Amino acid sequence: MSTKVISLVSIGAHPGSGRSRRAEQDARAVELGLQLAGDNLQVVHAGDHRQEALRAYLGMGLDHLDVLEQPEGADVLEVLGNYLRDAGAQLVLTGSQAETGEGSGMLPFLLAEKLGWPLIVGLAEVESIENGTAQVLQALPRGQRRRLKVRLPLLATVDNAAPKPRQSAFGPARRGVLAARDVAIVEDELLADAELQPARPRPKRLKVIKAKSGADRMKAATAKASGGGGKVLKDVSPQEGAEAILKLLVEEGVLR
Amino acid sequence: MSDIIRRDPRAEWIARNRLHPLHAAMQTQQTSWMGPNGIIRKNPHAIAAGFIAASGLKRLDRSGAQQGTATGGRRTAAAEVQLPLHQVTDPAFYIAVVPDMVGGRLGPHDRDLLGLAHSLAGKDGAVLAIVFGEHKEGNFGAAGVDRLLVIEGEAFQGYAPEQLVQGLRAVDNQFAPQHWLLPDSRTGGGELGRRFAASLGERPATRVWQIKDGQCIGRAGAGQQDLQRGMARLILAAAECAEPVSETRHEALPVELSTSVARSLSRIEDLGSVAVDPAAIAMAESEFIVSGGNGVKDWELFHRATAALGATEGASRVAVDDGFMPRTRQVGATGTWVTARVYVAVGISGAIQHLQGIGACDKVVAVNMDPGCDMIKRADLSVIGDSAAILQALIEAVDNYRSGGQRDAA
Repeated sequence: MSTKVISLVSIGAHPGSGRSRRAEQDARAVELGLQLAGDNLQVVHAGDHRQEALRAYLGMGLDHLDVLEQPEGADVLEVLGNYLRDAGAQLVLTGSQAETGEGSGMLPFLLAEKLGWPLIVGLAEVESIENGTAQVLQALPRGQRRRLKVRLPLLATVDNAAPKPRQSAFGPARRGVLAARDVAIVEDELLADAELQPARPRPKRLKVIKAKSGADRMKAATAKASGGGGKVLKDVSPQEGAEAILKLLVEEGVLR
Repeated sequence: MSDIIRRDPRAEWIARNRLHPLHAAMQTQQTSWMGPNGIIRKNPHAIAAGFIAASGLKRLDRSGAQQGTATGGRRTAAAEVQLPLHQVTDPAFYIAVVPDMVGGRLGPHDRDLLGLAHSLAGKDGAVLAIVFGEHKEGNFGAAGVDRLLVIEGEAFQGYAPEQLVQGLRAVDNQFAPQHWLLPDSRTGGGELGRRFAASLGERPATRVWQIKDGQCIGRAGAGQQDLQRGMARLILAAAECAEPVSETRHEALPVELSTSVARSLSRIEDLGSVAVDPAAIAMAESEFIVSGGNGVKDWELFHRATAALGATEGASRVAVDDGFMPRTRQVGATGTWVTARVYVAVGISGAIQHLQGIGACDKVVAVNMDPGCDMIKRADLSVIGDSAAILQALIEAVDNYRSGGQRDAA
């Protein structure tokens, strides 16, 4: 396929140690891009080109990685929007949300709004790209998939349903080039009045029993698995029973 | 509760013990009777003793109909408690909530969100719930919805996120809610909220898990950090962000949009869902599970039935121990805790460990020989009978349904 694909990558943080690493979902976006475009894949990062963690992306088999030089805490929306508008890509892939900073997951949505492109969340597989439209599979919760036909150019986020990223090799990671570009800088005003703090453990929800009398409290404490009031079909033929089950399955919409 | 009349030794003991404070209430004292000379006699002491009403207060009834709460008289199941009605006749402002409505009903995440909306609305504001398309929820009022806006139309069917954003924009124009609350979930709310935020140009507070003193606290990054900031207009809240409404009833008055929703040019075409191999879906997140237990004798038939239904297979501990199913398919406390929307238990009597494992399931269907087993008490629909015959009939019924459905479509 000769489609031009761009993957946007960020610096991740290891969930245990907090050390910087390649971000899990962004690595999946690179993997999907490599499978789709091979050498035509362009990978872009907005941030500091001296970050060692960026080399982990190069180690996936990239020659070079474009870095739009930005200080920490800058708003990269403007810069990335301008870059993508001029890059002429058909498909832009990103992770769902960053592993550091605010991590609101808003960037792809804002970029799509700014560029006027359609956006797909949870891209699992690209089936075909032809005549300016792409046929893709979208990952839904509970392991389901949905087929969509989308006009190009397209912005898509990937989550854990996308293919697993390949391992990063040391040699290509050293040889690859981090090509820095100087671009305009826009400060993000959010951190002026908001602050990041270490995550507090969330209070566990207590099971509060609002009973007026002791008997009710006793009943609530000793209650077996709830239910009751269920319909019981006794002395029916197997066919009637099967019809009743089928009716419930159809009503619930689980029968495809 | 069963209707079997039982002796209550404690009540009998109280009735004998004149010094007991509840003695009077336990007496079966006649308040009036015909004397030997044909004169009606009354016992004013018995009337004055009164009786304890269901509310727990002492009541006097001088009409003569009073019968003391006698030893034989049992209190029936507690009457349904009517919660106080919370009315907002003229809302000063709106708090808009867009519930996910997974399966057409309010989920626990939606209820938490409505609880949060209720705490933001206070006495003067009204909680406005916006629901797209058809729904099966019958009790919006109990969940804390003051105003209900159902937006229907062909354009909102299927996957049409851009059209939903248009719908929300129309609501924003008409009601100008003070806050927008959406669930930050993978089942739709997270995506819709972010699309809507990008469209409005609002910066949302995401993954919010607490709102306190005009500050919202949400998880940031990969969950290692919290971001504390002032109240945002658009809030995407995590599950368990607040307690659901439980102490009031609400009106859930229907409201309507005064203008029709603008049609957006659809750039995303929904080609429908794709058949996924049900065996490949992790059991913990599967939507539809058919489980077999000790009552299943013909496992070949069971596998054919699950294939015909397109369900993920599960098993009880007994079936796994006997070697009919792999250990990875075991449902229950020692196996997998499942979250299926529909769970069909075939030949499973419902050990407590198994019932724990299916605690999060919405609808449970039981097929069993024993009408008294625990699984049938838990189930929403139970069919008593031989599992093999019912599975066979089910396969035929599904085949009929599928071929009939195709004929209709053609």
